[in-house]
Amino acid sequence: MRIWLSVGLVTVATWLMKAAGPLLVGKRRLSPRFGNAAGLAAPALLAALLISEVLGEHWTEIDWATIAGLAAGGTSYLLKAPMLVAVLIAITGTALLRLV
Amino acid sequence: MSETGLSRLFEGVRQGIGPGAATFVFALTYGAAAVQAGWGVAAPLTFSVLAFSGSAQFVLLVTLGTGLLIPAVVAAVLVNVRYVVMSVALNDSLRGGRLRRALQAQALADASFAIAHKGGGRFDLAHLIGSTVPQWLGWVSGTAVGLVVAPSAEFMHDYGLDVAFPAFFLILAIEEMRRSSLAVVAGLLGAAIAAVALLVLPSGIALLLATLATGIGFMFPRAFKRADEEGDET
Repeated sequence: MRIWLSVGLVTVATWLMKAAGPLLVGKRRLSPRFGNAAGLAAPALLAALLISEVLGEHWTEIDWATIAGLAAGGTSYLLKAPMLVAVLIAITGTALLRLV
Repeated sequence: MSETGLSRLFEGVRQGIGPGAATFVFALTYGAAAVQAGWGVAAPLTFSVLAFSGSAQFVLLVTLGTGLLIPAVVAAVLVNVRYVVMSVALNDSLRGGRLRRALQAQALADASFAIAHKGGGRFDLAHLIGSTVPQWLGWVSGTAVGLVVAPSAEFMHDYGLDVAFPAFFLILAIEEMRRSSLAVVAGLLGAAIAAVALLVLPSGIALLLATLATGIGFMFPRAFKRADEEGDET
């Protein structure tokens, strides 16, 4: 019961937050300056998500093999490796470092 | 180049397959953790189908096991507060009345937000919905497989599979930061804010604070003219 109730509450809250833009702003358009700022939400959030995955709360999840693997994957992507290849490099790099 | 709605939808699906695969791997971990937490099969699977929100689902799994219901729900909801900012950013690119827009906005997911972003705060609705489809399928099927097979945390760790999800965040962040030098600044600033905030705050709040980095968009309005012209895709 406890599980189902909390699942229901979190689900509905997530729906409402995803709908927050239409529900709060409706058909009004953002001013161009807001539009400019909105375009920066994606890089800011994705970088922050990455950091939060790597560091964890209170920086308790730092793992050097993960960081090195991600660095290898990121570097390969910067050097024009395809997306999935870069992810595989990150995964195998991390796995190999954890072996040693 | 055909630019019909359907072909754009399929293009979105195609771009969502990579993140969908990473989401599948991430969902395996969730399914396995739910089994270990004694959640049964129906509740976690329903949760994945309806909420489709990895981080919030994980947080609820952990917090509900150790504490009271309301604080656990609040902690899980806070993980997703960033969606409020993303949804407002997206709103101008949605179509129709309030309710229709609210339904379209349900396709919001972190990777889709990046895939649908066409620069200068404009988003392609068909790419947004299309790219969410494989991610949703990956999340639901991964949860189901994880519930049945229940791979151990050691297995995921030893094979580096826990890196799949952050690796996609990294690649999507690089992709976004290639758009303009202002996007690089926003990314670095967002990362720095999150890193400092994570020292003392829960991750949901840290992510929300990181969206403050978009404020630099107000400070350098002239940079956008150029960024828009450069970043305008063909």
